[in-house]
Amino acid sequence: MSDFTHDFWNFYIAGVALVGIIGCALFLWSQGSASYTIGKTTGHSWDEDLEEFNNPLPKWWSWMFYITVVFSLGYLVYYPGLGSFPGLGKWTSVGQYDAEEKAAAADYAPLYDRFKGMAIPAIAKDAKAMEMGQRLFRTYCIQCHGIDGGGKDGGFPNLTDNDWLHGGTPERIVETIGNGWQGVMTPHDYLGADTVRNLAHYVRSLSNQPGVDAARANLGRTAWMNSDCFTCHGTDAKGNPDMGGPNLTDNIWLYKSDEATVIDTITNGRNLEGGTTTNNRMPAWKSFLGEDKVKLLAAYVYGLSNK
Amino acid sequence: MSETQTTYNYKVVRQFAVMTVIWAIVGMLVGVVIAAQLVWPELNLAPWLSYGRLRPLHTNAVIFAFGGCALFATSYYCVQRTSHTRILSDGLAAFTFWGWQLVILLAALSLPLGITTGKEYAELEWPIDILITLVWVVYAVVFFGTIAKRTVKHIYVANWFFGAMIIAVALLHLGNSAEIPVIAEGFLTPRSYSVYAGVQDAMVQWWYGHNAVGFFLTAGFLGMMYYFVPKQAGRPVYSYRLSVVHFWALIFTYMWAGPHHLHYTALPDWAQSLGMLFSLILLAPSWGGMINGIMTLSGAWHKLRDDPVLKFLVTSLSFYGMSTFEGPMMSVKSVNALSHYTDWTVGHVHSGALGWVAMVSVGSLYYLLPRLFGRQQMYSVKLITVHFWVSTIGIVLYVASMWIAGVVQGLMWRSLNADGTLQYSFAEAVKFSYPFWSVRLLGGTLFLVGMIIMAYNMFRTIAAGTAEDAPVLAPVAQHA
Repeated sequence: MSDFTHDFWNFYIAGVALVGIIGCALFLWSQGSASYTIGKTTGHSWDEDLEEFNNPLPKWWSWMFYITVVFSLGYLVYYPGLGSFPGLGKWTSVGQYDAEEKAAAADYAPLYDRFKGMAIPAIAKDAKAMEMGQRLFRTYCIQCHGIDGGGKDGGFPNLTDNDWLHGGTPERIVETIGNGWQGVMTPHDYLGADTVRNLAHYVRSLSNQPGVDAARANLGRTAWMNSDCFTCHGTDAKGNPDMGGPNLTDNIWLYKSDEATVIDTITNGRNLEGGTTTNNRMPAWKSFLGEDKVKLLAAYVYGLSNK
Repeated sequence: MSETQTTYNYKVVRQFAVMTVIWAIVGMLVGVVIAAQLVWPELNLAPWLSYGRLRPLHTNAVIFAFGGCALFATSYYCVQRTSHTRILSDGLAAFTFWGWQLVILLAALSLPLGITTGKEYAELEWPIDILITLVWVVYAVVFFGTIAKRTVKHIYVANWFFGAMIIAVALLHLGNSAEIPVIAEGFLTPRSYSVYAGVQDAMVQWWYGHNAVGFFLTAGFLGMMYYFVPKQAGRPVYSYRLSVVHFWALIFTYMWAGPHHLHYTALPDWAQSLGMLFSLILLAPSWGGMINGIMTLSGAWHKLRDDPVLKFLVTSLSFYGMSTFEGPMMSVKSVNALSHYTDWTVGHVHSGALGWVAMVSVGSLYYLLPRLFGRQQMYSVKLITVHFWVSTIGIVLYVASMWIAGVVQGLMWRSLNADGTLQYSFAEAVKFSYPFWSVRLLGGTLFLVGMIIMAYNMFRTIAAGTAEDAPVLAPVAQHA
């Protein structure tokens, strides 16, 4: 496909580029052959003592100039540069990228082929595979999950604790890494501040947090059953991996466990489109990394909790 | 001496010269702060003190406040003295001074507040853009008007460069800052959208960005060099012919070089090739200026021993030669693949900005200040020497640390394991860079200390002197 909306621009670009480069050389040549008188001034004078010698152009400098011009013309014969003329070498940046991709695929495919027929728990026991998985993990995953997979407060799940938002079976891990997730908690401000507070006390009572008011927790339990909490977290609040709703009974928190934070989470939700926090969004890696690397990463993550 | 009582307008030169030193200290202090923030990220104390907002403040302050004032001061001085006439209009000249200070003040307020177009070196929003345009057009009128009423036949070479800078910067500013204001956002919190989109926006931005370097920071300062080097050396310019060739070749080829900032991007291959080739061709025209400056000293080398002003000027030319060799090399695509996005670029820019732009300005100001305030020389020549060594050591530390950090970053980012994965995570390259960022901080601090020494020397010179305007000289030819 041409870069130009009309053939005129193709010729225009090629024309001004050539005229420009050759013009530099012609200008240099014409000035270089002008008359000079070494050590004598031009006779012009300004501001008492400002004068100019009529010395010639330094030869080595002129040659340097000519060489860059000749190199440029040669480059434009071989490489693209003159409008849509592709150059004799037919080089394109896209072509170079594709060639490097192809060479890389040919080089590295055999390394991954070995794991194709293996089940993920078996791969997780393979030292070589875990070494490769760790390198992949350290390139693509540590920004959110940390160098050790331990996660970080504020919506970055810990991958080492065998607590799974979306399920911990090998198949579910592959699916999570390959297709990604949007971990959205919807806002519940419509319930009113008092009910939200009761809910917070109930939720915090499930993992025996300090400072729980039993009366409020009881009211919160009723509110839980009367609103939509259980659709994601389950009636027993133990989570639902199909919805990505976290288990609320295990004292593992994506966001902090203090009362204010829990109230904030229930009131305003988390990770809404256009919201202030967009953590807890797992990107989909399949189209970028390919299935082989996703599988190896899944095995590495599986191995973090299934030693 | 002339019989006439007319004097040169030194007032505007004095104003710009003093503000050059003040803005240098402000701009470089912000530079030191952001260098410290890279070493100690805790120093990002508030949004308006965060790296992201202070970095554009640093670049705008050193380029347009420090560099700009230096260009105004020296060009107004040079154009009057080499045209043998008083400036076109005192009122318009004063307008450019106060207008430019207002631009700087608005930049210093709006950038920390987060008001920005997001275009590098063109961050200022549309109301300030309009003010810049106004000041710049008046600057052009004053400068070219003064040339038009010159009493000598020929236009001195320094004025070619100043003039080219003024015309090109007007063109660049209008071209790249073309934007549609969001009127509903109001005048006090202005916002706008560039009229360009996608890769065209990137291309126009780097056409601007690279020519801001080429014209504002190169052509303009070459004009400075062409006046102050022969003056301080007391020697004629080495070659008139060389100045003709390198002037026209420089201003022609610089205009094409911008695409080298967009190697290996969505920019079409043909544009990348042309950007690289014209950058290579630019080597000789750039070196023409260095040769003409340094060879002007042939026959006067002994003066370097005890003239610290000349030391500044000659060192600036050496850094200019180094940077303009390094630049074309970095524009070669295979070199750029290693250097781009690393600290190497930062080192390259600062060898030009500190080594060339700041040193030639400082040398020129040390020449100017005593003459503007009726003194034979600066309050302390010894302090000039101290300033020279402190800043030279500062630059060497800065540039060398960034070279090492940059090259190693580039190598770490591209090195692969046998299975095709990256050998180093990004954080490992950051960890490697830490000690070098500390050395950079030290180098930058030394350079800032040098400028503070200069400010002290300047104020003592001013205190001991009186503001005097020299009488306009008749051209030599009229005596003959």
